[in-house]
Amino acid sequence: MVDLTPHGAGPISAAEVAEVELYHPHGWWTKYVFSQDAKVIAIQYAGTATAIGLVALVLSWLMRLKLGFPDTFASITPDTYYQFMTMHGMIMVIYLLTALFLGGFGNYLIPLMVGARDMVFPYVNMLSFWIYLLAVLVLAGSFFAPGGPTGAGWTLYPPQAITSGTPGGQDWGIILMLVSLILFIVGFTMGGLNYVVTVLQGRTRGMTLMRLPLTVWGIFTATVMALLAFPALFVACVMMLFDRVIGSSFFMPAIVEMGTNPLPHDGGSPIMFQHLFWFFGHPEVYIVALPAFGIVSDLISTHARKNIFGYRMMVWAIIGIGALSFVVWAHHMYVSGMHPYFGFFFATTTLIIAIPTAIKVYNWVLTLWRGDIHLTIPMLFALAFIVTFVNGGLTGLFLGNVVVDVPLAQTMFVVAHFHMVMGVAPILVVFGAIYHWYPKVTGRMLNEAMGRFHFWVTFLGAYLIFFPMHYVGLVGVPRRYPEIGDTAFVPPSVHTLNEFITIAALVVGFAQMVFLFNLLWSIRHGRPAGDNPWRATTLEWQTAGTPPPHGNFGKELPVVYRWAYDYSVPGASEDFIPQNDPRPRTQGGSA
Amino acid sequence: MAIALVLVLIVVGSVLFHVLSPWWSTPIASNWGYIDSTLVITFWITGTVFSAVVLFMAYCVYRFRHKEGQRASYEPESRKLESWLTVVTAVGVAALLAPGLFVWSQFVTVPSNATEVEIIAQQWQWSFRLPGANGKLGTSNTRFIGPDNPLGLNPQDPDGQDNIVVVAADLHLPVGKPVKMVLRSIDVIHNFYVPEFRAKMDMVPGMITYFWFTPTKTGTFEILCSQLCGVGHAFMRGVVKVDTEQDYLAWLQQQSTFAQLSAPTKTGALVEPAKAKAD
Repeated sequence: MVDLTPHGAGPISAAEVAEVELYHPHGWWTKYVFSQDAKVIAIQYAGTATAIGLVALVLSWLMRLKLGFPDTFASITPDTYYQFMTMHGMIMVIYLLTALFLGGFGNYLIPLMVGARDMVFPYVNMLSFWIYLLAVLVLAGSFFAPGGPTGAGWTLYPPQAITSGTPGGQDWGIILMLVSLILFIVGFTMGGLNYVVTVLQGRTRGMTLMRLPLTVWGIFTATVMALLAFPALFVACVMMLFDRVIGSSFFMPAIVEMGTNPLPHDGGSPIMFQHLFWFFGHPEVYIVALPAFGIVSDLISTHARKNIFGYRMMVWAIIGIGALSFVVWAHHMYVSGMHPYFGFFFATTTLIIAIPTAIKVYNWVLTLWRGDIHLTIPMLFALAFIVTFVNGGLTGLFLGNVVVDVPLAQTMFVVAHFHMVMGVAPILVVFGAIYHWYPKVTGRMLNEAMGRFHFWVTFLGAYLIFFPMHYVGLVGVPRRYPEIGDTAFVPPSVHTLNEFITIAALVVGFAQMVFLFNLLWSIRHGRPAGDNPWRATTLEWQTAGTPPPHGNFGKELPVVYRWAYDYSVPGASEDFIPQNDPRPRTQGGSA
Repeated sequence: MAIALVLVLIVVGSVLFHVLSPWWSTPIASNWGYIDSTLVITFWITGTVFSAVVLFMAYCVYRFRHKEGQRASYEPESRKLESWLTVVTAVGVAALLAPGLFVWSQFVTVPSNATEVEIIAQQWQWSFRLPGANGKLGTSNTRFIGPDNPLGLNPQDPDGQDNIVVVAADLHLPVGKPVKMVLRSIDVIHNFYVPEFRAKMDMVPGMITYFWFTPTKTGTFEILCSQLCGVGHAFMRGVVKVDTEQDYLAWLQQQSTFAQLSAPTKTGALVEPAKAKAD
């Protein structure tokens, strides 16, 4: 076990001290490859997620090219379009966003922010990453499998996911997808248990739960949710794998193929898969959103030099959203054919969840009120997050309100909504967070000019992509159509709009190359950052060195005396007081 | 500073786009005007909230941006303000939910005088079945599907014999009469979607789903599939024609019954001579 006992808390037996030594890496392989240091694992997670995310980004360009210029890109057939679409969606939701927020930011920030030397189970934490990597490789492998990857849509609805009318349905595609998801869940569970136990058991002295930075609250709650929600997906994947491989009928009723060929299935329920999928799938939205909520709270507070407004309400809102998100799943299924009376229940719960969410938004903007707003790049991304999140959250009130959903369901309005709210908004937070914590990870600042270029193109470009897209859906254009073709109710102007959106998407995509270049360039050429460039209060900025060594905090663990938001305390000499500063507020200063 | 200006422009631009853009719902052709009204109410409420939040942010960024010697105020929380905002939000949410649930209760309550029309989806075409003289649709099962029974009707069920069967051709409906669309799929999940009718519903193999509406305008409307159903999904189109009563009856006369389409020797006795033209 890692030594979590602060010095001075009691005698430490010699055996324990020696055991800690065992976990320090002693060679290149154990330091950089098979590392048990949560910070290295975090970077491995983030690097892998970014790599597979780039694949998904390129797939989105190809899809947009087809949507914007269907005749020029006639070579992108419906088969390939559906394969691109499926892989894009699944990669972005699971293998990029979930892995990056929990495996990446969770691993890096939880031990540092709670004042722990590492995760409580470092070996299991290492395994978590390697199983995740295997899951990614299996997924990527499906591109090279006979028949290519599955084209069932990221929702993988049976029966079509495993029948011959769908790309990969009767080939390897769907099998590899299901196996990859199962592996991902196994790997995630190992990491997730670590994050939860570390937050509950690994906090340093004085770090009460109500002194945790909201970043930790967000990641912690999201992890608890993921541990409860992913099993539903796991079960669904295993059952579908049985249906596909050994011909069971969990989700397969008696159906025919090609109009007349009966398939040897009977008695299964396609809707049961949807319930399982969305029992996972809706919490998944918040598994991505809650870490973003937490992180953005800290970005806003730090860069506005002001305590987060209504901290306790923010914590309860995170917990409330987490709990409520388990009773709203069927709002994805209003037109699925489930009993229509479910609509009353799920519309009500769904709209109730808007209340704690709105409280969070109010508290973010109220934190700006009478702040000392430094328009740093992390702050710019945080502001952009609020705009896109409010926009995407409000369109959720259309789709959540059952009868309003009926005309909009399965149209481009839905695509615009979820991209704005769980694509653009959390990714803007990811960017803000990278600009914010990169100095801690590397010891150097990211280049400012490239950063500002990246911000403006990404924010405005993404808004120009997804805001007008709602109106394509309002016209009635369905989602998951590689081309709408000549359809009477679709005016030609919609095609022009589609071309515009495609061009905007390409521009935003290329701006990400500038960002990636900046990440690499600044490792060597960035301005040296020092230990605490943002003059922030939380523990990760109070480490012995930057980047922090294995074990994070020199000889002694920090002791926490205050909450994470002592910014601009009246009477204090500096405008921030670190959490581990023992002096009374009126004398507090920089550490 | 630029960001404050951009935030204002985003609000102004979004509102102008909404007002001026040519992209709006297709003209409605069903009784579900209430759905459109609820949608418009939702646009108003959410648009107001969006503008208010973003403009407030723009003001804060402009007014409280960092200047030399400036210091933020210290205010951890305000129970009064937070409670007040919670209550206002709850009222706003209720204002959205109440009309929504009211219209939904109409949506799920099929009027007793609605005629049943069955829609059968398969990869990738639409077929239809209308009840015969007694107004009943016969039972069906995927296991009955064969070359001369593409929709899987139960050959033993007397209620099914006089059902009008329309395979992969246009559906006609009389204007102004409520219809209960009974939805069935024989392979994967599909979704019956006519944008002008506003209503849509998945068609799930192994179960029968439904929705109801009243066509209010005559004309020709395109049917799209709105649930991913394989490579032909985007090309799975059909046509529904809403006719005057007279035109509808004329069309109905030309259709064939299930009995006529299956082995004519066996069921010929049940067929009225006037309708036997298809054989």
